Parts: sequence; structure tokens; C-alpha cells
Amino acid sequence: MPIINVNNLSKKFKSLTAVNGISFSVNEGEVFGFLGPNGAGKTTTINILCTLLSPTGGTATIAGHDCVAEPDAVRSAIGLIFQDTTLDTGLTAYENLKFHAYLYNLDRKLAEKRIDEMLEVVELTARKRDLIKNFSGGMKRRLEIARGLLHYPRVLFLDEPTLGLDPQTRSTIWEFINTLRQREKITVFMTTHYMEEAENCGRIAIINNGKIIAEGTPAKLKEMVRGDIVRISTEDDRKAIAEIKGIFNIAARNENGGLFLETERGEEFIPRLIHSLTMKTRSVSLEKPTLNDVFLKLTGRTIRDDVLTDDKEVTREFVRSHRRAQR
Amino acid sequence: MIQLRPIYVICLREFIKFFREKSRLLGTLARPVLWLFVVGNGMSSLIKPQAGFSYLQFIFPGMIGMTILFSSIFSSISIVWDREFGFMKEMLVAPISRLSIVIGKAISGTFISVAQAVIILVLIPFLGIQITFMQFIEVVAVAVLVSFCITSMGILIAARLTSFDGFNIIMNFLVMPMLFLSGAMYPVTSMPPALRHLTQINPLTYGIDAFKHILLRNGTPPLGPEFAIVLDLAVVTGISVIMLTLAALSFRRKE
Repeated sequence: MPIINVNNLSKKFKSLTAVNGISFSVNEGEVFGFLGPNGAGKTTTINILCTLLSPTGGTATIAGHDCVAEPDAVRSAIGLIFQDTTLDTGLTAYENLKFHAYLYNLDRKLAEKRIDEMLEVVELTARKRDLIKNFSGGMKRRLEIARGLLHYPRVLFLDEPTLGLDPQTRSTIWEFINTLRQREKITVFMTTHYMEEAENCGRIAIINNGKIIAEGTPAKLKEMVRGDIVRISTEDDRKAIAEIKGIFNIAARNENGGLFLETERGEEFIPRLIHSLTMKTRSVSLEKPTLNDVFLKLTGRTIRDDVLTDDKEVTREFVRSHRRAQR
Repeated sequence: MIQLRPIYVICLREFIKFFREKSRLLGTLARPVLWLFVVGNGMSSLIKPQAGFSYLQFIFPGMIGMTILFSSIFSSISIVWDREFGFMKEMLVAPISRLSIVIGKAISGTFISVAQAVIILVLIPFLGIQITFMQFIEVVAVAVLVSFCITSMGILIAARLTSFDGFNIIMNFLVMPMLFLSGAMYPVTSMPPALRHLTQINPLTYGIDAFKHILLRNGTPPLGPEFAIVLDLAVVTGISVIMLTLAALSFRRKE
């Protein structure tokens, strides 16, 4: 029984169709990812699922509750970590968590217990009484994750969970999420436009212009594109080309002083290749296709064609901090 | 539909933030002091005392009204801040009703305004006004009513403001006119007809008039109260109910 069920969902804003008839389901305990460029409809989908927006067509259910008809039941079952921080920077870590606990109607004793427990998990116990305005970006994210899990949701939504964070913080955050996921057995639904981040998902739906254009495990999706690329350099490349053609029936090309060939399951192919060649090999390397290659193949552009988004993000942040300072 | 714990925690958050931001408290207290002792004293030399009350005493009920006006608008505009900085989403995705959010904001805004209005009352001895404990209680009661009314109005506006840029427009085209056309600084009956009509549709006018009834007892127009107390209380109560209902409704709206 899938915990998230989306059927032919669509959302139109005046002339723009942000989500265009998507269907998918997510099983309990899965990590499901929406991968796509900015403006693909990822956040709109999340907003519909978390009852912030009404769809113009189709249905969505979470834990058996309809997102339109039973918003409160859906809200109790989910936790959210938004793209932009939604902490109150004028309150302390503890106060932010307490606010959340009371909104979700946890009784006082349970709230205190969970707050301590979650702060422990995200390693912020020492900062319990500190104001959020003194927190770093990574600490804020960790606290948001703690807050999103405070009421033990069955589904955790992560909208671009590590946007604007440095790679090291990004991997720390993922360690947290994975540990928590195993411990609490929660389902994770996430959106991202970072390829490396999408690799954390058990299953991915690639979304572009409001439509799901491919779905599957990261490995499955990558297999769609092409085989693995093996680069090898030997003592006698010309002879090697002939041998490879003869033994494996693969056409290797000479490129940049080495050989270049495409095959499936490169890691298994390499030992056989080296074993079969009669000359000595100098070096071997293996290149796996990335999710970006998948996206490129499906849409004709790379997912980061809009690299400007990061700058835009910086600008947005700047404007905000500027306004804040004016207050 | 109305959930007490969320309302409690929404109020708690506002109180914590209010007491943490000392500058805000200082600002709201400095403004009436400035008006009273700079403008009030200056004007007193032009306007002769009438029916036993000086101009300085006349504007004091207006200063309580002004404190409530600014404080209530500021409290309710915090909704726009919450939206701008994302915190509103935390409330909107929680399993609580929109009505609870509106009520929480209305109650906290009311309390903060009343607290500031009460602080202003410490100026009373400097103005040569004497009040009994009963009058003090009456002032607080009317302050609750007026604060609730203005806060609800502010929430209604905030629910419709999409960005913080609208705040200046609200300040210049709503809050300042509401202050000047409220009978706070000059009697309503002495105004030119066009302005008088505007003043008569301003809820703050009736709130300030009610304060005049309590604080300028036995005063007569122009410097005393100008409407019947029953009318004052009825108008403020009626507008409160309408504003709160509209605010709750506009919050329910989603795209």
C-alpha cells in the first residue's frame, strides 16, 4: 500500500501550467526524489501535497488521506523542510521547537522529551538556548530537520534540502537524514536539482515542464542513456584495438593518447579486458553516466543550464538580509 | 475550529519577541511623550483652556489612541514579516485552523497594545489629571476593545498585502490619516465638513472619544467628548466583529 498516491495531478496558474497531469506513488520507507531544473513544477507539487495549494485537477493522498478533503489529517502525517528557512530568527532553538510541538498538539512533557531528543540527534544540544540569528546556514538546516521530525511524521518532505549549503555541510545533512530515516522508518519525499543529491534516492522521477519524463532507480535511469566508458592506455594501442575488436566485438577508438570504448557494466568488464589483452596496460579508468547525462538525453539540455539560479538565490538572500537590517 | 494550545503558543511567541525587542518598546513610548510635551505644550499657548480642560489634557486620550493604533498595526503587520521570512509556512502547514492563527495574532496584538497604553498612563500625574482606580479599570477595558478592533483591521490588511513594500503605503495612506482624522489632536466638530465625514467613519475616533469620556469627565465639546459613550462602544465593538470575521475569511483563501 503506497503512502503517497498521486493521480493525474495538475495545477494551472492563469496562463502557466506548473504541473501537467503527473502520476506516481511512493511506498512506505522509500526515499523518493523529484529531480528537475528550477521551474519544473517540483515545489508546486510539494505545496499541493502539503495542502498549501489546491490542485486544478487530479487527486493526491498521503497515508490514505486526501490532500484536499482532509488537510488536517494530511498535515499531522507530514513534516516539511522548505527551500528557504522558516525558522523564527528572533527566537531560540528551543523556542522554535516548542512552538512547533504546541502547533502539533504534543503535550508538554512529551514536547520537552522530544525537543531534547531531536536536538541531540542534530547535535545542537549545546545551542538550545541560543537565538537562531546567530546560527550558521548548516545549523539552521539541521534545526529545521529536527523540527520537521519533532511530531514523528510518517512522511518527511524535503524541498531542496541543501540548497546554498557547502558540499561538506551537504553531506553531513545527508548522513543525518539517512540515519534518522532508518531509525524512524519514515518515508522521504525530496526535490533537488543537485545530481549528487539525487543519488541518495531509492527512486527518482525526472520532472521537466510540469511532466514526469522518466522514473526509476538512479542506476536504472543511467542505464537508459548509454553504457559505461572505459579508458585504457596500453603499450601498443593499435594492437589493442584489434584484440578488443576480435575478443569482445567492441570498436575502441584512439583518443588523446589512449583508448576509449563503451560497454555495459564497466567494473566487471575491466578485469576481463586486462586479462585478455596480450600487451601490458599502463592505466585504466571507468566513467559512469551521471543523472545529468540522463536529463540531457531526455530533454536536450543539462539540468544546470540555469546555473544562474544560484546567483539568484544569493541575490534573494542579500535582499532579505538587507531588509532585515533596515528593520 | 478554535484550538487553544496553538493560540496560546502563537501569543507566547509574540510576547517573547516583544519583550526581546527593547527598541520597539522604546519607540512606542517615545512617540506620545514627544507629542504631548512638544506639540501639546506648543499648541497650549494658542488654545485657551475650556470647561476646565487644557489642550494638553485634551490630547492625552488621543495619545492613548495613537499608541494603540501604532502598536496594533505594527503587531498585525508582523504577519507580512512572517510571510516574507517563511515562518508563516510553518503555521500554515501545521494541523491548525486558519481561524486559530487569526485569533492568536489578534489576542497577542491586543495584549501588547493594551500593555503599552497602560504604560502611557504613568504620564497622567504630569498632566494635572486625576483618576480613580475605577477610571483606570475603565480605561483598560476600552483599551482592550480599541486594540482588538485596530489589530483585527491590521490583520485583514496584512492578509492581503503580498509584500512588505505595501507597508509604507499603509503607513502613509491609512495609519497617519487615521491618526489625524480621529479627534486626537483637534475636535471633530470644529473640522470642515469633508474632513468631519472622514473622521466619522474612522473607528479610532470613537475609541478616543470613549477615552475622553473616562478621562475628561464632565468635559464638553470642543475639548471634551463629542459622541454618546453608548455610540462609541457600539461602533468599536461592531467594527471589531466585522474586521475579525473578514480577516479570518481572507486567511482561508488559498490559490
